[in-house]
Amino acid sequence: MSPRITWAVAGRVLTQVRRDHRTLAMLLVVPCVLISLLWWMFEDLPGDLFDRFGPGLLAMFPFIVMFLVTSVTTLRERSSGTLERLLTMPMGKLDFLLGYALAFGLLAAVQSALAVAVSVGLLGLDVNGPVWLLGVVAVVDAVLGTALGLLVSAFATTEFQAVQFMPAFVLPQILLCGLFVPRDQMPAVLEAISNVLPLSYAVDAMQELVGDADQGEVWRSIAIVACFALAALVLGAATLRRRTP
Amino acid sequence: MMKNVIEVRDLTVVRGGREVLPAISLGVTAGVTGLLGPSGCGKSTLLRALVGAQQVASGSVEVLGEPAGSAALRTRIGYVTQAASVYDDLTVAENLGFFARVLGVDRSSADEAIEVVGLADQRQQVVGRLSGGQRSRVSLAVALLGTPDLLVLDEPTVGLDPVLRRDLWELFHRLADGGAAVLVSSHVMDEAERCHRLLLMREGRIIADGSPDEIRESTGAADIEHAFLHMVEGTEEAA
Ligand SMILES: Nc1ncnc2c1ncn2[C@@H]1O[C@H](COP(=O)(O)OP(=O)(O)OP(=O)(O)O)[C@@H](O)[C@H]1O
Ligand SMILES: [Mg+2]
Repeated sequence: MSPRITWAVAGRVLTQVRRDHRTLAMLLVVPCVLISLLWWMFEDLPGDLFDRFGPGLLAMFPFIVMFLVTSVTTLRERSSGTLERLLTMPMGKLDFLLGYALAFGLLAAVQSALAVAVSVGLLGLDVNGPVWLLGVVAVVDAVLGTALGLLVSAFATTEFQAVQFMPAFVLPQILLCGLFVPRDQMPAVLEAISNVLPLSYAVDAMQELVGDADQGEVWRSIAIVACFALAALVLGAATLRRRTP
Repeated sequence: MMKNVIEVRDLTVVRGGREVLPAISLGVTAGVTGLLGPSGCGKSTLLRALVGAQQVASGSVEVLGEPAGSAALRTRIGYVTQAASVYDDLTVAENLGFFARVLGVDRSSADEAIEVVGLADQRQQVVGRLSGGQRSRVSLAVALLGTPDLLVLDEPTVGLDPVLRRDLWELFHRLADGGAAVLVSSHVMDEAERCHRLLLMREGRIIADGSPDEIRESTGAADIEHAFLHMVEGTEEAA
């Protein structure tokens, strides 16, 4: 592993994203628009529904978007031969993975800064904990999405197939993360499943920050998401083979 | 006797359940060596084995005195895959700059490589908007970074016009004169005449090995194309 190479990968990924205006818009503008839409939808309803659903959405953006973008980008690396070429060079697998994680972690930081600024500053989301901690959750969450995207790209042969992992990997997590039905009110089986899905903890962390703001609880959830991300990175590393059949 | 740059012994490779390389042995010395053979005969597979990208079933491959794929070789081999392995959404300069950083060579080396393949005017263009031949030259430029001791080039001249092809073959010879070993695969037989040495391949086996003159003489054919056809058909008769 070498910091020079890790930075080279991160820098290259960021240049690629910068060049691709549509992806950049999806990363930075779409979350702000969606969260505003959510706020508007609840505008005329009684109660603080925006405070209930907003945090969950903030936890989902980095995860979903980074999952999508990474699975397609790394699939492209695998099928265009650039990955094969890089792995015949002094590129460590960790350099490659961390480079991607770094680039998308950084983008997630910017993304969540924007989305949180809109939610808190403009739409009046009540955050009881420190606002910067929302950013930490978002970054860890994004790294998780990146790591999972990298992992599934090994099991797809076309970009179309890669995108199909979205409903399979992401939608169940959205349904079971506790946004629609609190996790402790789900049927026992579903609650057990939701307990082993990483997005549940990202949403927990965001909701805790908006609600009771017990920082110990928030950090515990962050640690769990980080462990999932680490496990996904290790599994992802296992799919990066210098020698292929 | 010069030491071989590449030494392959009893290399067996199985791809998709089929034995693509059946326990072949060969040696490659310095100079420009051409690897020729019909489509699907296993050229790319052999080259992938040399750079350590191919899973092998058995046998040994030694490159520059080290086992193929070992870490010490990763800065010493320039490899061009059959498809241009560069980033379509980056400019020529950004591509070269990135690979230069990975290899730990300085930027001037990247500029030099761009010059050598004749893309100086396109350096700020996005690779995806270049012609096919220009893209494959970007890929070749990446392989030239850091003046490698061995160049493994998988059909680097496909889709290029005669002038460019001549220029590139002159480049390969300059590199070989500078001490590098150059191994080029092709299925264009007229390129064979430009090699110091030829390896003719058919269905995973090396069916002839020698200088263009030797190969022509041994078959009594007028050119390599006919020599090759003669050998391929001769083997079929013997089989
Ligand atoms: N990814 C793969 N999986 C399974 N089999 C493969 C794969 N790639 C190639 N093969 C098989 O291996 C054999 C040799 O392929 P290879 O690419 O080495 O041929 P080649 O000589 O380079 O051909 P060409 O001149 O068309 O590039 C072919 O019969 C092909 O069907
Ligand atoms: Mg080939």
